[in-house]
Amino acid sequence: MSEFLIGYGLPAATIVAQVLLIVVPLLVAVAFLTYAERKVIAAIQLRKGPNVVGPFGLLQPFADGLKLLIKETVIPSGANRVVFLAAPILTFLLSLVAWAVIPFDYGLVLADINVGILYLFAISSLGVYGIIMAGWSSNSKYAFLGALRSAAQMVSYEVSIGFVIITVLLCVGSLNLTDIVMAQKNVWFFIPLFPMFVIFFVSALAETNRSPFDLPEGESELVAGYFVEYSSMSFALFFLGEYSAMILMSAMTSILFLGGWLPPFDIAPFNWIPGPIWFAFKIALCLFVFLWVRATLPRYRYDQLMRLGWKVFLPFSLLWVVVTAGVLMATGWIPRA
Amino acid sequence: MAVLDRAARSLLLSEIVSGLALTLRYFFKPKVTLNYPFEKGPISSRFRGEHALRRYPNGEERCIACKLCEAVCPALAITIEAEPRADGSRRTTRYDIDMTKCIYCGLCQEACPVDAIVEGPNFEFATETREELMYNKEKLLANGDRWEAEIAANLAAEAPYR
Repeated sequence: MSEFLIGYGLPAATIVAQVLLIVVPLLVAVAFLTYAERKVIAAIQLRKGPNVVGPFGLLQPFADGLKLLIKETVIPSGANRVVFLAAPILTFLLSLVAWAVIPFDYGLVLADINVGILYLFAISSLGVYGIIMAGWSSNSKYAFLGALRSAAQMVSYEVSIGFVIITVLLCVGSLNLTDIVMAQKNVWFFIPLFPMFVIFFVSALAETNRSPFDLPEGESELVAGYFVEYSSMSFALFFLGEYSAMILMSAMTSILFLGGWLPPFDIAPFNWIPGPIWFAFKIALCLFVFLWVRATLPRYRYDQLMRLGWKVFLPFSLLWVVVTAGVLMATGWIPRA
Repeated sequence: MAVLDRAARSLLLSEIVSGLALTLRYFFKPKVTLNYPFEKGPISSRFRGEHALRRYPNGEERCIACKLCEAVCPALAITIEAEPRADGSRRTTRYDIDMTKCIYCGLCQEACPVDAIVEGPNFEFATETREELMYNKEKLLANGDRWEAEIAANLAAEAPYR
């Protein structure tokens, strides 16, 4: 019995503890991201934003969470109950499991697998299933149209994200996320690969269904898109999923282009600050741009969105893959494992 | 050359960047929000808010039951019944305003020959039930006592224009 406990119980307990160590701060970050979103958009619109609940309104996300928690869960009579309830759980879960491979510092990662970036890519592609399931099982036109849009949009932009990732991998020579960050020791990839950085960020906006690509929710034509029929906690799970996907995409941007946990210069005042704090700071910076873009740009039309994805980003990123590979081969900089 | 110029503009996202720069400037501007329940905006002396029935300084109610306000009210919100009092003066026995009907046009206070019915500066009289908005004479007189200082100041300020 004791052998079993030491052999299996202890590792299981450590993993659970590590998972909680990632998930709990992540959920707190999601809560404060909703608060930050309201504050940033308010500031840009010359308003103050929430400032009544707690000091500076800091407790507002918890008040909102409590409100959603105590509301009634409405299941439409025409809905497919099992799929209807599974969809938000799937969306939420998928946005959390991706964090398993994100390195917060050198060696500070739950699962240091050698195909980390492929795993991230796969998980973010799976995210579309939650949305399709929600849209289909709701048995409502709006939800269905929203889900269809979302599926088409995510598939289109994953292609260019894939090419962007390939250019980064060409420069690194490894699929391991820790190696990707360490390869940026001298220069962060957003400098040599700046156009790819922009394409990746814009595609990340589309991938997370954020403004200006928030057509799946487009309240002016689809009410709320794929989650029209959701209420209470099932709605909250979608909400949490969407926001943690935003944080995940920001983390990916930081790892691929902004040097992950590395300080901007490896000299005295900068390398005193520990890596995880640099990493969190870079994520926060990306998230601010997410919110800033939302407060600035109007929503794209659906055909414009498709045109941008297939006729601008795809050829452009493909060209850059070729150019990057050519330059690496010609100069002999190509990394050899 | 124009083609090149256009291509460069759209490739460098110049419009999106200038839009982002504009919103970033606004991000740091001072905010215009009024912390409403804690701080309030200015109100004109002509503001038409909650109704009140006023009294003379000696405590006698001003209303003489002429029913001009009842007649002029376009929403038929005012109901008045009147009888001569024991001292022979004519007074209302009932003065009701249905605040759910009232459209706050201010015609009642324009019609009143003795400045008895007025619309005061108060606009925060939301209630939880509909019944509470059926004002009677007692409530209107209480309003008059409560807001007399503000109402008198407003009437004095508007006197040159009436």
